[in-house]
Amino acid sequence: MSVSDLSALNAQRATPGARVREVHDSFHGDLLEVSMGPHHPSTHGVFRMIVTLDGETIVKLKPVFGYLHRNHEKLGETVTYLGSMPYTDRLDYLSSMTNNWAYALAVEKLAGQAVPERAEYVRVILAELTRLLNHTCLAGFLMQDCGCSGTPLMYAFREREYILDLFESLSGSRMMCNYQRFGGCRVDPSADWLAGAQKLTDRYGTFLDEFETLLTGNEIIMARTQGVGKLSPELAISAGVTGPMLRATGVNYDLRKVDAYGVYPRFDFRVPLGDHGDVYDRYMIRVLEMRESIKILQQALAGLPAGPIMDPKAKLRSFRPKAGEAYGRIEGPKGEIGFYLLSDGSPNPYRYRIRPPSFINLTVLEDMCLGHTVADAVIILGSVDIVLGEVDR
Amino acid sequence: MESPEQIRDRLLARFPGAEISVVTNPGIAAQHSLLLGAAHARAIAEFLRDDPTLKLDQCSNVTGIDWPEKEIVETKNISTPDPANPAAPPKVVEQKTKRLQPGFLEVVYHLYSITHRHGPVIFRLRTGNRTDQATVPSLTPVWRSCEFQEREVFDLFGVTFVGHPDLRRILMWDEFKDHPMRRDYVEPDDYEWEPTPHGAVLEKAKAHYPTPPAPAAVAPVKGAVA
Repeated sequence: MSVSDLSALNAQRATPGARVREVHDSFHGDLLEVSMGPHHPSTHGVFRMIVTLDGETIVKLKPVFGYLHRNHEKLGETVTYLGSMPYTDRLDYLSSMTNNWAYALAVEKLAGQAVPERAEYVRVILAELTRLLNHTCLAGFLMQDCGCSGTPLMYAFREREYILDLFESLSGSRMMCNYQRFGGCRVDPSADWLAGAQKLTDRYGTFLDEFETLLTGNEIIMARTQGVGKLSPELAISAGVTGPMLRATGVNYDLRKVDAYGVYPRFDFRVPLGDHGDVYDRYMIRVLEMRESIKILQQALAGLPAGPIMDPKAKLRSFRPKAGEAYGRIEGPKGEIGFYLLSDGSPNPYRYRIRPPSFINLTVLEDMCLGHTVADAVIILGSVDIVLGEVDR
Repeated sequence: MESPEQIRDRLLARFPGAEISVVTNPGIAAQHSLLLGAAHARAIAEFLRDDPTLKLDQCSNVTGIDWPEKEIVETKNISTPDPANPAAPPKVVEQKTKRLQPGFLEVVYHLYSITHRHGPVIFRLRTGNRTDQATVPSLTPVWRSCEFQEREVFDLFGVTFVGHPDLRRILMWDEFKDHPMRRDYVEPDDYEWEPTPHGAVLEKAKAHYPTPPAPAAVAPVKGAVA
């Protein structure tokens, strides 16, 4: 690609803000096309970007997907409704509990299945623990991408390990939890487990203080992340960006408040919003969301009612929902994770579709990276928070 | 929020002659949807996005559904009274008629409003058939979030989106031929020789090797005592 192609490239671009600088002097020669990934440590898995560079400035960026594609949706059509539940763990493998919940919610909508109150509380506790885990890991990885090699990531992984211990003692598996069922949860958390969760919740704030002392006000981090990868709220809404990425641009849209699913309306928490929509805001939103998650966890653990964990009328074997369709969504740590299910009355879904938040959030990757350097593209990608198990499905 | 019937009536008043109908969802979720004709789809999508009372500014989910050609057998009981004896009970003959329902591909869009915090409004577009008329208008110019999702539907279902700025395969590789999410997709027969096949693999092995290759002679180890 040569410099003269740039005006043609600019003419093609429909969206404003996605235009690139045109170079007219003789010093600047041809543009350089670099293939970043799929085996690049900063791409968080097997993700590839074809980056066109003018000097060190990005003028075009095309993401390439599919290295981890296993046609998850086709697989969902060949197994029963319950059979898909363990597969949902493998989507976003950092937050299997929220994937389980989103799927269970969609099936419960499809079949009109009620959920007991205790199970709703347990779901909230697990979802908020997942949010803590995911955001902590993301902050660690983002700092790794910025070049703070090691320390923040290891701090984050130390805390993640405590949460994974809780998941393991409850569900039997650290990451592939397979815990939710249609109409409740698989096992009832014991008093010991709840005491462990309470202990973790009580001291998580101290860890966040420590983490923030290290990072939030750090001059180098502010210089690296502020003003980088700006996203406008209009573009974010149009591009279907959800989750912390959307709220970092200042749009107040949190499904826990908007859809008020489960027992979230009973809890008192705030939705942090950003001002600039840059990488720093995205980091900061996640730290603030963790603080709100701790508040929700404290309330949910204090108010956990006694009672059954599964609806006694729930049908696990030979489960056949009536013909029809349903779309259910929840606020996952990465954004809106939704499941669209179409039933024809048989034991398997006719159509099983996942709305993957990190895949759709990548739509605006090029718009955020244009005009920045390659090193910035790495942290912009890090701030999007992708997991390739979900992007490629 | 307005019901799909109210939205349909308002759309019909705004776009006279457009094909709009409500598809009822028989399930418990009762998320009914609108079926739009291809001719007005783009204009209707822009209207839904910009209309002040609806303001569906976020297209959350785009997905495809494959409906292959289906043979529908209708059974009808025809009773003919006996002309000789009108008092006798009429003779009942069961008549079966076969009807071929043509196949098509469907694209479903789930819309939400971030401004008014309502939704979902669901609408569907259908292709003419599954082969040469598998096209629908692209809505990427209306909602940017359709960009990758429509590419995915193109890749996995084979729906061509007219007006999409960058319609390429997204999850499968470029040289791939078929569309794996179609219900009649046959996976490639890439059999690899296995020394001890069993089950379904054995059936495949028989198809590939009617006479199985003889086990390779093992060279004697040097210095071994016979």
